[in-house]
Amino acid sequence: MKPRSQWLLWAASLAVYGFLYVPLAVVVIFSFNDSTLNAEWVGFTLSWYRKLMTDGEMLRAAGNSVAIALLSSSVATVLGAMAGIAMHRYRFPWLPLLVLTPVAMPEILLGVSLLLFFRQVLDLTLGFFSILVAHITFSIGFVAVIVRARLAGMDEGIFEAARDLGATPWMTFRRVTLPLILPALVAGFLMSFTLSIDDFVITFFVAGVGVTTLPLQIYSMIKVAVTPEVNAVSTLLMALTLTLVIVATRVAPDIVRRGR
Amino acid sequence: MALLEIRNVTRRFGSLVAVDRVSLAIEAGEFFTLLGPSGCGKTTLLRMIAGFDEPDEGELFLDGKPLAGIAPEKRPVHTVFQSYALFPHMTVAGNIAFPLEMAGRPREEIERRVRETLSLVHLEEKGEAYPHELSGGQKQRVALARGLVNKPRLLLLDEPLGALDAKLRVEMQVELINLQRDVGVTFVFVTHAQQEALALSHRIAVMSQGRVEQLDTPDRLYTAPASRFVADFIGKINLIEAEVAGNAHGHLMLRSAMGDLAADLPPDARPGARGALALRPELVRVAERLETLELRNRFAGHVKDLLYEGDVTLYTVEVEGGFVIEALLANASPGRARLFKVGDAVAVGWRHDAGVFIRG
Repeated sequence: MKPRSQWLLWAASLAVYGFLYVPLAVVVIFSFNDSTLNAEWVGFTLSWYRKLMTDGEMLRAAGNSVAIALLSSSVATVLGAMAGIAMHRYRFPWLPLLVLTPVAMPEILLGVSLLLFFRQVLDLTLGFFSILVAHITFSIGFVAVIVRARLAGMDEGIFEAARDLGATPWMTFRRVTLPLILPALVAGFLMSFTLSIDDFVITFFVAGVGVTTLPLQIYSMIKVAVTPEVNAVSTLLMALTLTLVIVATRVAPDIVRRGR
Repeated sequence: MALLEIRNVTRRFGSLVAVDRVSLAIEAGEFFTLLGPSGCGKTTLLRMIAGFDEPDEGELFLDGKPLAGIAPEKRPVHTVFQSYALFPHMTVAGNIAFPLEMAGRPREEIERRVRETLSLVHLEEKGEAYPHELSGGQKQRVALARGLVNKPRLLLLDEPLGALDAKLRVEMQVELINLQRDVGVTFVFVTHAQQEALALSHRIAVMSQGRVEQLDTPDRLYTAPASRFVADFIGKINLIEAEVAGNAHGHLMLRSAMGDLAADLPPDARPGARGALALRPELVRVAERLETLELRNRFAGHVKDLLYEGDVTLYTVEVEGGFVIEALLANASPGRARLFKVGDAVAVGWRHDAGVFIRG
């Protein structure tokens, strides 16, 4: 390649990564800034994090977010795995449509329709439970897609081989299907978890007044001003997500390798 | 009593009749082969024996007991799949232990029998390896070991050598014969490769379009094919259209476009019956001059084509009238200094008992 075009490529890459990561870096840096304004660097402090740890409202929101994320991704992983296996095994043309529509649906539409469903049809009090159900709803499709993709790459013969060699359908699932889709289940769980913990739009509609999650809490805080405390909580959220990404790329391939 | 009896079995898929009123009996200890081109119904038949499919009509009996409605895992029948279908997340030992674990055998017995079976297929060193670390031939052995370890009444083999290269295939054929003899398990082997079937089997059922065309020993199938399909499918053969003209000097006289031919007669051939004379190329003799062939059936012609295969050469000889006869000659005959060349004037001939008259 000519030096000139190579230089251009480098510049383009740099620009892209700059746009992606500079804003994040700014948030992280200012979360340690000893000033109430996000304007100039004054000095290093951990006081915003300390303040965060004593902010009861914020802690409650964080607790809700983690609890909902754990519960919804667990349930979605089970249901999504079942849907993925069904989509793989039975070639009903309408089944993928049914499972995957929520994935493609605009979030605002899903939020409004869930709100109407909970209030008008079920007459449910909005809160923890309604958020949980909503998060499960939009996570199932993602897990199902991942599980189906994993199964699609598999030799169909091994499931018949298991039956042929004396395994009941249940034993075939436990000893062959489950271990083989485990990497997909891990990936699906982590994906659901990250989707749940940072969901704003759908949660906004179905949260009601009593219960709030971290994204909703951050939103209500920045209505006033972007304080360093918001930077701090955003940094923590980022760290959690990053950890999950690292787990997904480090631990999951290990399981994948054993599954080969 | 036969080990496996297939009685009048039919299986349809929509308007396609995959298996059409097939009846056959497989004896204990046999190496039995279902041979036929793809789509002939052999794999469908195999799947019905394994329990993955049920016949629309007819019945299967194993040890005299009907198999209908018995799930695959409840049948003492194991399969070696074409793709091997090894469990990728289990070691070689884990794969081989699987059927024993499913049968609820005690741990010590499982360990002992896995060890024994590994040595049976010469894979003592590979117990802890994963399938993706094995070569094609090794995977094949693991699949065999896994199928045999729990001593099934019947081992089904679905084109197990299809994925191997030619040299390895021949090696595995020898091993399969030895293995089957040593373990004494009845093998039902499915293949489209006629050479493989001839080399391995005690008996072969040649299938075409869902039906059994002929069931016989390999040498009978080769020397006395019962139909044009069998004659053509197994080995190379010349098929000369002919009609029974009469009976002379204890020979069948056939009238063909090439001229009159003498052949051994099937006992029930009537004059006027139409059919074909099936003649193996290795039974055709080739000489430089017509007079040197002291045979009833002899024709002058020239070498149109030849296919040199090292040990043998296949000559295509065109005789008068444009008819083509294939002759297979060994290149090792003593005294024969020169092979024929394309364009050489030659004569071909064969004994009256070399060909088989096939009616229809």
